[in-house]
Amino acid sequence: MAGRIGVVNFPGSNCEHDVIKALDELGGSAELVWHGDTTVDGYDALVLPGGFAHGDYLRPGAIARFSPVMDAVSRFAADGGPVIGICNGFQVLTEAGLLPGALQKNQGLRFLCTTAEVRVETDRSALTTGVAVGTVLHIPINHFEGNYICSAETLAELHAEDRIVLRYVDNPNGSIDSIAGVCNEARNVVGLMPHPERATDALLGSVDGAALLRSLLSEAA
Amino acid sequence: MNYSVLVEVSLRPGIADPQGATIERALGALGFDGVTGVRAGKAFRFDIEADDEAAAIEQAEVVAERFLGNPVIEDSTVTLSPTDQELGPSTEPSL
Repeated sequence: MAGRIGVVNFPGSNCEHDVIKALDELGGSAELVWHGDTTVDGYDALVLPGGFAHGDYLRPGAIARFSPVMDAVSRFAADGGPVIGICNGFQVLTEAGLLPGALQKNQGLRFLCTTAEVRVETDRSALTTGVAVGTVLHIPINHFEGNYICSAETLAELHAEDRIVLRYVDNPNGSIDSIAGVCNEARNVVGLMPHPERATDALLGSVDGAALLRSLLSEAA
Repeated sequence: MNYSVLVEVSLRPGIADPQGATIERALGALGFDGVTGVRAGKAFRFDIEADDEAAAIEQAEVVAERFLGNPVIEDSTVTLSPTDQELGPSTEPSL
């Protein structure tokens, strides 16, 4: 039986209900957590969804990191709880220092809205435990600031510790080393630019995101 | 003492700046072929209360590095001047 998953709703989030619907249809039990809450007690996993938290003012995630709920999210992550940041949620996690690196404007300055091919690079993360390394997934991307960058030292660490979770097959945005998703050292915090919740029904063109969300549900069980 | 602060944030050298590059190309189209090295950034102005100039700079640098710029990709510079109302003989720290 899957546990309860909290989906953090910042002012300006816009994918929170998609995430809840996708998780519920996969057998999970997900609900909204308001960004002003100061506790995430009772949840077995957290998702920071896509959107434009706090209007993306200053930089994506730069203000959201100060939302009251983020202290609780940090404690939850430090205690080993699974935390997934999707798109804007990934940006929030990097700004909050829960994941390394940063997301800058796409190379070519284009807003990208398309389906990307991404390869699973490790099965040791809260989002990929049930997916074989090398599996190529078709998952929508929808972002302007998805160009992942980090220092050479951080990149070497990510390689050495097998912390690159997803790579684009055909790099759409200039991300260093074609990185589409990374995890923290403890592997329970994962950030990715693609939207797995938008690929969970044949009607949406792909069901490949379900494999990732099922992994999260099993982590939250 | 009240100080007027200017924080300028720009992408670090070596970080691709597609916005700056695009502006540079547009300047060429406008006839300014001699303009090179365009870097785009952001500027923030605010006033800050501090005991002296060194303290004001120290606080403003923390604000710049921890919030206004993302040190992974951006550099920030802080420029300080006394606010208009403070201009005059009082370069001494106020008590």
